[in-house]
Amino acid sequence: MSFGNLLKDVKAQIRETDVENVRKSVEAQKGPGGDGNGAGPILIDVREKDEWAEGYIPGARSIPRGFLELRIEDQVPEHGAEIVLYCAGGTRSALAAKSLADLGYTNVKSLAGGFTAWKRAGLKFDRPFVMTQEQSMRYARHTMLPEVGDAGQAKLLQSRVLCLGAGGLGSPAGLYLAAAGVGTVGFVDDDVVDASNLQRQILHSTDRIGMSKVESAKIAISKLNPDVKVNTHQTRLSSDNVLDIIKDYDVIVDGADNFPTRYLINDAALKLGKPVVDGSIYRFDGTVTTFLPFNGPCYRCFYPEPPPPDMAPSCQEAGVLGVLCGVIGSLQAVEAIKVLLGIGKTLSGRQLQFDALALKFREFKRPHDPTCPVCGDGKKAEDIELIDYQQFCNVRT
Amino acid sequence: MATIRIPTPLRKLTQGKEEVTAAGGTIGALIANLESQFPGIKERICDESGQVRRFVNIFANDEDIRFLKNLDTPVKDTDEVSIVPAIAGGDY
Repeated sequence: MSFGNLLKDVKAQIRETDVENVRKSVEAQKGPGGDGNGAGPILIDVREKDEWAEGYIPGARSIPRGFLELRIEDQVPEHGAEIVLYCAGGTRSALAAKSLADLGYTNVKSLAGGFTAWKRAGLKFDRPFVMTQEQSMRYARHTMLPEVGDAGQAKLLQSRVLCLGAGGLGSPAGLYLAAAGVGTVGFVDDDVVDASNLQRQILHSTDRIGMSKVESAKIAISKLNPDVKVNTHQTRLSSDNVLDIIKDYDVIVDGADNFPTRYLINDAALKLGKPVVDGSIYRFDGTVTTFLPFNGPCYRCFYPEPPPPDMAPSCQEAGVLGVLCGVIGSLQAVEAIKVLLGIGKTLSGRQLQFDALALKFREFKRPHDPTCPVCGDGKKAEDIELIDYQQFCNVRT
Repeated sequence: MATIRIPTPLRKLTQGKEEVTAAGGTIGALIANLESQFPGIKERICDESGQVRRFVNIFANDEDIRFLKNLDTPVKDTDEVSIVPAIAGGDY
């Protein structure tokens, strides 16, 4: 049989759709964020990677035709799902539609005219974030995870995370986030590296004692991963500067060492809609949780009021097992990456407690408090006003 | 007797013990019993009016008693009660 006859045969067995129909469904899928995650057919681009790199239909995912049968059941487990395949001109996608039908997919269409017809109609297309060859190698163990993939890694590379403190928790969190390829990592810290920090603050090193912690962090991270842009905020957060500092970040990793900063960051993050991954440590104990703005509890739902200073001992007086910082800070990095990628189940609504001496994890339920003064029922982000948190916590300055 | 987990900052009141047992059918009764065993511990958990301090959480197993019946939350002998104060302790 000639190719012409084969194609004719295949086209007789499959269904085709046209640019106008696909345009309608792409527009319908544009949810609030326009991320194409709404209802509608699953759009699959079966062209090769280099063709995809030149541009694709918004909302499409890439599975080159050579991998289609291998990967489709992972990506689209539901055999009845509505799928639209496209290639450059409509031939490869027609053959691909036949392959999917043979695999038992019952609702597959091929886009007649393919991406060429789409572009010719003057419709908008997206260009993917293309990793360099070095990046493809560096992040290979990530991209082979179906939950991350090339798209997830590209997302990380374009993400921004702010670490509050380049200390015990900010060290492992910042290092792992940088290693993971989070494109921008910021550090807020006004302190300098001290010899007594080095027992746990692995961002720093003996030859950098006396250097500002944010500068030292920048040096450590540039050596680890030159892909990462490090923002240094050598300051103490206050009601005056917090909104400006956090506004460009996607996630905040809070490892602050004092109550005023915890309440400040809570209120400011709620106001700007930023997720916060909260970690704290004390001697051999650590806790981690995640606050998603107006979607679960916040720090004030947990602790409506701070303890008076005489009941709030700090690590400075009480000591801390250095490696405990590694456990808790790494868990914070795990949560931050999950939030960035939108995968898994976060600790929102749960508080994880780690007891290093017993080597035991405990988990407590943490419901949203409908009477919370900042995020309770009827409260709005724009109405949140930042207060004097030192005074709120009765801290003498 | 229910098991009560004592947070690190309060262990100096329990001779260093991280877990103690106390009798009482409710959280309130448990705290009163705890105070008779370890004088001084109640004022670290409750304020002058006897209510649980706003920076302390008490969990009956994994449930916050603020969202149950507060001090009247019933406690069984098999329950584990955790006292969890707010710890700012990050570490800049």
